[in-house]
Amino acid sequence: MAETATEIQGAPGTGESRRDFLLLTTTAVGAAGAALSLWPFVHSMNPAADVLALSSTEVDISPIEEGQSITVVWRGKPVFVRHRTAAEIETAGTDDAANLPDPQKDGERAEKPEWLVVLGICTHLGCIPLGQKSSEPRGEFGGWFCPCHGSHYDTSGRIRKGPAPRNLEVPPYAFTDDTTIKIG
Amino acid sequence: MSTSSFNNPVVKWIDERLPVFTMMQHSAVDYPTPKNLNYWWNFGSLAAFVLVIMLLTGIFLAMSYTPHVDHAFVSVERIMRDVNYGWLLRYLHMNGGSMFFIVVYIHMFRGMYYGSYKAPREILWIVGVFLILAMMATAFMGYVLPWGQMSFWGATVITNLFSAIPLVGQEIVTWLWGGFSVDNPTLNRFFSLHYLLPFVIVGLVVVHVWALHTVKSNNPTGVDIKGPEDTIPFHPYYTIKDFYGIGLFLIFYLAFVFYAPDFFGEPDNYIEANPMVTPAHIVPEWYFLPFYAILRAFTFDVLFIPAKLAGVIAMFASIILLAVLPWLDRSKARSARFRPMYKWFFWIFVLDCLVLGYIGAQAAEEPYVTIGQVATFYYFAHLLIIVPLVSKLENPRPLPESISAAVTKSDSE
Repeated sequence: MAETATEIQGAPGTGESRRDFLLLTTTAVGAAGAALSLWPFVHSMNPAADVLALSSTEVDISPIEEGQSITVVWRGKPVFVRHRTAAEIETAGTDDAANLPDPQKDGERAEKPEWLVVLGICTHLGCIPLGQKSSEPRGEFGGWFCPCHGSHYDTSGRIRKGPAPRNLEVPPYAFTDDTTIKIG
Repeated sequence: MSTSSFNNPVVKWIDERLPVFTMMQHSAVDYPTPKNLNYWWNFGSLAAFVLVIMLLTGIFLAMSYTPHVDHAFVSVERIMRDVNYGWLLRYLHMNGGSMFFIVVYIHMFRGMYYGSYKAPREILWIVGVFLILAMMATAFMGYVLPWGQMSFWGATVITNLFSAIPLVGQEIVTWLWGGFSVDNPTLNRFFSLHYLLPFVIVGLVVVHVWALHTVKSNNPTGVDIKGPEDTIPFHPYYTIKDFYGIGLFLIFYLAFVFYAPDFFGEPDNYIEANPMVTPAHIVPEWYFLPFYAILRAFTFDVLFIPAKLAGVIAMFASIILLAVLPWLDRSKARSARFRPMYKWFFWIFVLDCLVLGYIGAQAAEEPYVTIGQVATFYYFAHLLIIVPLVSKLENPRPLPESISAAVTKSDSE
């Protein structure tokens, strides 16, 4: 039936007629509309407003002795704050020249050399590396060691050995005064 | 179809309007089945049986479960202690997951041994590959729901796999999480999807069986059905055999449920999830171990692909590659019974999968890393090199004229 109608209206066999045009454009607009209507569903799975609102954390760093580290929570993730010893700072500096998988100078990673602030999340698959307590293994480079798949980080939180592709991320932070940092 | 052959007037009345009884008669009673199927052919119906158990126990568990980070762990403990028979429902569901994979893995290896993936069963096989993928996604999300340490860290590691995708990886992971780490939004959506996916699996099973009934079952000889003398009706011959298999299977399954319910589990999952502490040794559930070993085998960059992305690609490829098996294997003989070379490589491949499973459970250190890399190489070599090559080089033994001829000739096989 449909074929008969097309033949009456348009040039037979060429497939060009007003009806074909209408059919194609309607289909195209309908398909585009249907595709766009998926976006609210997809976007509803992105972080909600209340999740985004939990964005900054203030940390009092005065009680952290030299050589100690603390872990604070920011956006549901652990942040390592390490009060580095002179030896650790020196190793981090000399290692700037070492063969680094993700080259970065220690000076770019720490605002003040004594304080290293990094996200405590292995850049391989998101485990929390060990090394915050002195009793935990710190890997071959004296920083952190991820027990999941064996990534070694140095005293600047840089990846040195293992499957992780990048250095431990440095979150946005600022010293509000000498003893307080604001993360986020 | 219009002439209903049913005597019962109610059945007849319904069937003339909606031919459900004709369909059932056609596909579960009269369905002509090769008369030489061995016990390896029980595992398809066993898988369907486990699926029903999983749906049933799962629906009732959901009535007592709370998908919230503050309540999930406690609600599971409540199911175990306070809900009437909650412990039974949960242990059936937990062990049912492991049983499902045991049964389906055997079902898949059976298909590979007897060449059940070959023409004209390619689509049947490909739907099967989709089924195993859907099962894996379902199992993974289900394991997150009790919100123990392994739930949390398993979810963290697996969702982080997607961060390996170039450019948009991190955005995709944030989208999957609904936040900046695995948290309440993640748990909520996993619960929603864990409830949805089993029904997707049911839909795929319908397509799988539809394709099966279109092309008919393969059989241990791999020879096509030539005529009615090669087949017997599904009922009562295979219904009774399948029920017998279900009986044996239930003994095996319930032995775990009642006597070793945590055999397949990890003790760490009875510790509530703690986002600040990673367990010393994260291992996935046993049925993911071979694929986990493949993921971890890539400790080096492959050309321009970084190690992490290479591992992720290899892990997904190891399953998706199975979908093209019908085109990798060019042998004219289906069944390994008549393929003297392939038979051996098949068993080496089974062994290789077991080795990968063992390596997946070990720590990321030597000698396990190297063994894992060799086993991973062999896995892909089997599918991409050995199977195509053997199908060219090998001279299959003469095939029997028909199923009937093979069965009546001798029982020497």
